[in-house]
Amino acid sequence: MAAHLKKRVYEEFTKVVQQQHDDLSTKKLRLTKPSKSAALHVDLCKATSPADALQYLLQFARKPVEVESVEGVVRILLEHYYKENDASVRLKIASLLGLLSKTAGFSPDCIMDDAINTLQNEKSHQVLAQLLDTLLVIGTKLPDNPSVRMRLVEVACKHLTDSSHGVRNKCLQLIGCLGPVEKGVTKETESQAAKDVQKIIGDHFNDQDPRVRTAAIKAMLQLHERGLKLQQAIYSQACKLLADDYEQVRSAAVQLIWVLSQLYPESIVPIPSSNEEIRLVDDAFGKICHMVSDGSWVVRVQAAKLLGSMQQVSSHFLEQTLDKKLMSDLRRKRTAHERAKELYSSGEFSSGRKWGDDAPKEEIDTGAVNLIESGACGAFVHGLEDEMYEVRIAAVEALCMLAQSSPSFAEKCLDFLVDMFNDEIEEVRLQSIHTMRKISHNITLREDQLDTVLAVLEDSSRDIREALHELLCCTNVSTKEGIHLALVELLKNLTKYPTDRESIWKCLKFLGSRHPTLVLPLVPELLSTHPFFDTPEPDMDDPAYIAVLVLIFNAAKSCPTMPALFSDHTFRHYAYLRDSLSHLVPPLRLPGRKLVSSPVSPSITPHEDPSQQFLHQSLERVYNLQHLDPQGIQELLEFTIRDLQRLGELQSELAGMADFTATYLQCQLLLIKALQEKLWNVAAPLYLKQNALASAAAKQILEETYKMEFMYSGVESRQVVIIHHMRLQAKALQLIVTARTTRGVEPLFGMCEKFLQEVDAFQRCFISELPHMQGSFVDKLLDLMPRLVTSKPSEVVKILQTTLRQSTFLHLPLPEQLHRATANIIEPTGESDNPLRFTSGLVVALDVDATLEHVQDPQGTVKVQVLYPDGQAQLIHPKPADFRNPGPGRHRLITQVYLSHTAWTEPCQIEVRLLLAYNSNRSKASARNPKSTWSESLEALPPSENGIEGTIPFSKPVKVYIMPKPARR
Amino acid sequence: MPEIKVTPLGAGQDVGRSCILVSIAGKNVMLDCGMHMGYNDDRRFPDFSYITQNGRLTDFLDCVIISHFHLDHCGALPYFSEMVGYDGPIYMTHPTKAICPILLEDYRKITVDKKGETNFFTSQMIKDCMKKVVAVHLHQTVQVDEELEIKAYYAGHVLGAAMFQIKVGCESVVYTGDYNMTPDRHLGAAWIDKCRPDLLISESTYATTIRDSKRCRERDFLKKVHETVERGGKVLIPVFALGRAQELCILLETFWERMNLKAPIYFSTGLTEKANHYYKLFITWTNQKIRKTFVQRNMFEFKHIKAFDRAFADNPGPMVVFATPGMLHAGQSLQIFRKWAGNEKNMVIMPGYCVQGTVGHKILSGQRKLEMEGRQILEVKMQVEYMSFSAHADAKGIMQLIRQAEPRNVLLVHGEAKKMEFLKQKIEQEFHVNCYMPANGETTTIFTNPSIPVDISLGLLKREAAIGPVPDAKKPKLMHGTLLMKDNSFRLVSPEQALKELGLAEHQLRFTCRVHIQDPRKEHETVLRVYNHLKGVLKDYSVQHLPDGSITVESILIQATAHSEDQGTKVLLVSWTYQDEELGSYLTSLLKKGLPQSTA
Repeated sequence: MAAHLKKRVYEEFTKVVQQQHDDLSTKKLRLTKPSKSAALHVDLCKATSPADALQYLLQFARKPVEVESVEGVVRILLEHYYKENDASVRLKIASLLGLLSKTAGFSPDCIMDDAINTLQNEKSHQVLAQLLDTLLVIGTKLPDNPSVRMRLVEVACKHLTDSSHGVRNKCLQLIGCLGPVEKGVTKETESQAAKDVQKIIGDHFNDQDPRVRTAAIKAMLQLHERGLKLQQAIYSQACKLLADDYEQVRSAAVQLIWVLSQLYPESIVPIPSSNEEIRLVDDAFGKICHMVSDGSWVVRVQAAKLLGSMQQVSSHFLEQTLDKKLMSDLRRKRTAHERAKELYSSGEFSSGRKWGDDAPKEEIDTGAVNLIESGACGAFVHGLEDEMYEVRIAAVEALCMLAQSSPSFAEKCLDFLVDMFNDEIEEVRLQSIHTMRKISHNITLREDQLDTVLAVLEDSSRDIREALHELLCCTNVSTKEGIHLALVELLKNLTKYPTDRESIWKCLKFLGSRHPTLVLPLVPELLSTHPFFDTPEPDMDDPAYIAVLVLIFNAAKSCPTMPALFSDHTFRHYAYLRDSLSHLVPPLRLPGRKLVSSPVSPSITPHEDPSQQFLHQSLERVYNLQHLDPQGIQELLEFTIRDLQRLGELQSELAGMADFTATYLQCQLLLIKALQEKLWNVAAPLYLKQNALASAAAKQILEETYKMEFMYSGVESRQVVIIHHMRLQAKALQLIVTARTTRGVEPLFGMCEKFLQEVDAFQRCFISELPHMQGSFVDKLLDLMPRLVTSKPSEVVKILQTTLRQSTFLHLPLPEQLHRATANIIEPTGESDNPLRFTSGLVVALDVDATLEHVQDPQGTVKVQVLYPDGQAQLIHPKPADFRNPGPGRHRLITQVYLSHTAWTEPCQIEVRLLLAYNSNRSKASARNPKSTWSESLEALPPSENGIEGTIPFSKPVKVYIMPKPARR
Repeated sequence: MPEIKVTPLGAGQDVGRSCILVSIAGKNVMLDCGMHMGYNDDRRFPDFSYITQNGRLTDFLDCVIISHFHLDHCGALPYFSEMVGYDGPIYMTHPTKAICPILLEDYRKITVDKKGETNFFTSQMIKDCMKKVVAVHLHQTVQVDEELEIKAYYAGHVLGAAMFQIKVGCESVVYTGDYNMTPDRHLGAAWIDKCRPDLLISESTYATTIRDSKRCRERDFLKKVHETVERGGKVLIPVFALGRAQELCILLETFWERMNLKAPIYFSTGLTEKANHYYKLFITWTNQKIRKTFVQRNMFEFKHIKAFDRAFADNPGPMVVFATPGMLHAGQSLQIFRKWAGNEKNMVIMPGYCVQGTVGHKILSGQRKLEMEGRQILEVKMQVEYMSFSAHADAKGIMQLIRQAEPRNVLLVHGEAKKMEFLKQKIEQEFHVNCYMPANGETTTIFTNPSIPVDISLGLLKREAAIGPVPDAKKPKLMHGTLLMKDNSFRLVSPEQALKELGLAEHQLRFTCRVHIQDPRKEHETVLRVYNHLKGVLKDYSVQHLPDGSITVESILIQATAHSEDQGTKVLLVSWTYQDEELGSYLTSLLKKGLPQSTA
């Protein structure tokens, strides 16, 4: 009872306070409902100790505050702030103020004065710093109020003399974020802050506390980011900061110098201790280069990164970065690179190094040797040799960017990049290979460099090898020996890693087409032809032989004299390869002879893109022949489907389109077949057996439509309409079949309802497309809609049946680009006869390596399925990090699948395959029409139709032999 | 003036027998205690009699610091501590402490067992000596005694190699030992912070050399080995047990791993195996890559590298063998060399310098026919390659270290005089610091200008800081206080506290001054006039008229009495303490000017 009373009292008490409060400041606060501010006030009044108050505040901070009551809450907090003696509570209040002013929709200008006032009497440095932080938040919330900002900056300037670094830090931050950027503003307001902000900040470059120095530089950078043009005078100050004791200061200073060098690249600065002058950007470049050998790796990374973006630097400075004058016992020595080059240019092959081969040559004038150059000497040499791989990567990146803009530099940095191919960290190797590829248009590889590059082909990492293949695709080689060397090494690679086949063939294709003249003299040797003797015909299935042919044929494309060197079987092989690997073997203009008569060649030679034409022709044919007898239609469809499928196999670039249309036609064929069934004429009880075909057809059509919708990238809304239309037809078919086979009207009732809803939804979704669908199923259906809605299920079914039969079949317009999502499991290969043994009940990890093409958002959609022999299926979601993106439209899945099973007596095979998960809620149609209620209506579908979420297998299953052994006891 | 004295007993303008004496602020420290490889007589050890003719060395040395385990830096240690006699602490890093006794024992065996020398230190002596060793961690500040402290920095020369900072008060010396500024396959680069020592003692082996990128060397090495192995040839790499051998192992191991090679790599057993064990243990002392990957695999647990057996040398097929010693002058490497020399498919790679007269030197200089013992002539058909893998800083590296540490003086040791000369000149020119290069036994004296730290009480500091402008780090500031030198420490305290602590009574010093004013009026009227006048002039001070007829301005007292002889003249008595000297003298001069003519 007492407790109850107490509660009552409390309640009343609360109320009183609220009213009082409202009475006192109704106009000011505009509080309409018992707000949080009142509750907070009560809490704070109740608090007996600072710790209590702090607790209340902490609790309060967890809940969001609605916009209307923010101001009230702020007032209460401020009120309490003045009363509070404990610094920690004040600190919390100050931070709360900042949080509250961040509330969206709240304009903090009304509380600014109060916030500034609080600063006045504050003694605690921490609270001061927090309050300044709050002011910063307020200032950033009021971006278009220069006078407010001015005031805040003024306040900040006042506190710059504070003895605590935290306060000075915040002040500088505030000035950096809010300081006036345009010159005009400063003139209008005749205040103290009108002083140049840059000067104020610049004064703190020499602060005694390193944190404040960093803050000052950061504030300066912030000003720059906000569009203020920094003065050039700062440059000399910043240069001094490069020698600071603290790494964060140096790091920030490097950034500042970089900014200035971008602002005033052409200004002239004097070189200290001499009367020469150089461009500012060169000077800055030299200084940043110097920082590449700094003691702190953070600074080194920073410096190396920034070097890359200094493209205005003069070329002789740039080239110095790769120069490190060698000497030995005071005599000039040539670098290994120079020696290699010389060796190469003298036409001599590497003889191996001798003792004293690198013996120093001429004496160096001791005065001229500069051990610590003020310039850029050897910056990259140091950066690339750095201990931390972060620095090395940054240096490689910088090298890449500079080389892209300067061909001569690209030529020079080649040696160093090639060296990086042997780095101990794979990431660095990969990065340097990529870099090399990016600058490959600027460079030609010398033989000795090529040698080093090719040595990496034996790397056991697939990523590295593939990157290298990509690199070779776009490399210029200078000699025929180089080509030969590359071919030999690639073939070696092929025998060592047979899985690289495709990648190597592709690489040779480009290598051949880039260097036709270099390949020409090699042809006899490569084909091992002999002027007098016939040589045995090589094995056509040998990947190495195919590789050689790919190289030769691609070279022959732009070298008409080459085919003369081919032997007979080469021509035959050409025909075969042109057919089987059409994406690798180009069409060749071969001299008359047997080739012309070969069945495939006529279709190749004349037109520029016959296959495309063929595709369209066959489709035309199908679409034109609508009114033939059903038998004829069926046959034509069957032929066309076969043709298209074959075309898809042959022409990889058309595969997507051909498959897509073939699938569509297949659906159509199924539909026609289903409707042709005799069952429709037979009395109901006899259907039971025969309807299997019709319902199976309906089901298959449904499946195919999902495939069409989700497996192809580049499907446009025009196609989506037709796919959905096809699906609707399939559903109608299903409905008819069920109507025929089930007894009783009750279940039908519901189904009809659903179907009509779907038609409705279809209409709503694709209203804009309906005019294009004259005479189609849906068109007719919509005409009959009023009748359908009112009629009985049996009636509906009858109408549907006739409409379905009468409707014409729609043209499927083809989009520009259409690609089918494909997946290829590279590992496991499924060839192993050794079962993977593991103890039952425990887990074994199976490495899965697959390439995915044209899959959008693979992280979300691609799953791995494992099928056990007992029919048990397991679905695994790979981690997002398991996907890599080597190129546009391509993905690579490298993951581990964990298998487990109870003990078996015998090893058995499991199947691993990749699935593409789809969700029709995310369907492309609804994505395009945000207003549509398509998804909502789908939710009301019957469970049997609940294929909203499903999966499409899109890779060939791979069999893995496993053997769970019983656990030994 | 305080000074630091440095006397090299070894390694002064010379390589080998590193031993440097440093006296700093009354403390004597010996840096390294090595032997000389070139001598077999007394000259092989430093001359410890320089320190003291008779008596224990312990009394003269505060501590001994060993930078790394190479014998030219630690070889004389048992002799020094056990035979000459030293019981003080010896400091070295953990890996050095672990590996050092193995090498010493090996050295002892060769000298005593093989060469049959007597009067050499025994195994027991090595053990006893190692008991005196105190192991230190990187960047750990070790307090040797109350004033002397040492701190180790990473040097990257061999496993566990360290640079040491020796500090007494605010005077400090950094001794680099041997160090390497370019990271290699198993060790990182030397690093030091901006400790600004008074003296940096640096090695200068490669004072006149700027080396090529290590990548070229590595690549060449790997390519040679790879090609030979692919040809089916055998590769012999003669190495010394520790240091470079591990680097080359890592290099080959990772290469084999990367390239999926199958040919076997062998490592001659013995010392190396033991050493590898320590490399496995001291992963934290290696480079970034090894440190980061050791969770998956310890890089020193070689997959492809196996222990060598003598019988393997006759096996057919390709192989790579690391064998000791490094100069092919004896032992296993020479045996294998003799077996393989005849086949042109094979190759020998010399990874380091070879002393004249050794087989290694002969074949490197191109000799193809060697005369072996017993007048046999060995025809060398195998390929001979030279690859230099050296872990000393080159001239650029040395300069870089100096730039990092910013010493006030530099002293060069462990190098040839002629080369040092060049570097010395460079250092003086670039950094504008003094550079020294004493010969053995020559003492260099460096005068330091130590700043003396004084403790100041926070109250006093705050009070004094509050007066005048904001403190600026770059400008000296004037403060008032009392310097108290007591118990060997300096403190700056306020006068009151100083008095209290010293038990002294405070004496007041007052200045009194009489000012004569012509004023015929009554005394109290004069006082009133003075009061009004002062009040008008000194607006910022509290001027009070006390009931007893005197005036106080702050703490200055003014009283007026009539002149005993001339009533028209009033005598103003102005009295102030010495703290108010400024105000007092101002008041006096003000009053001397006389009162303004009253308008009344």
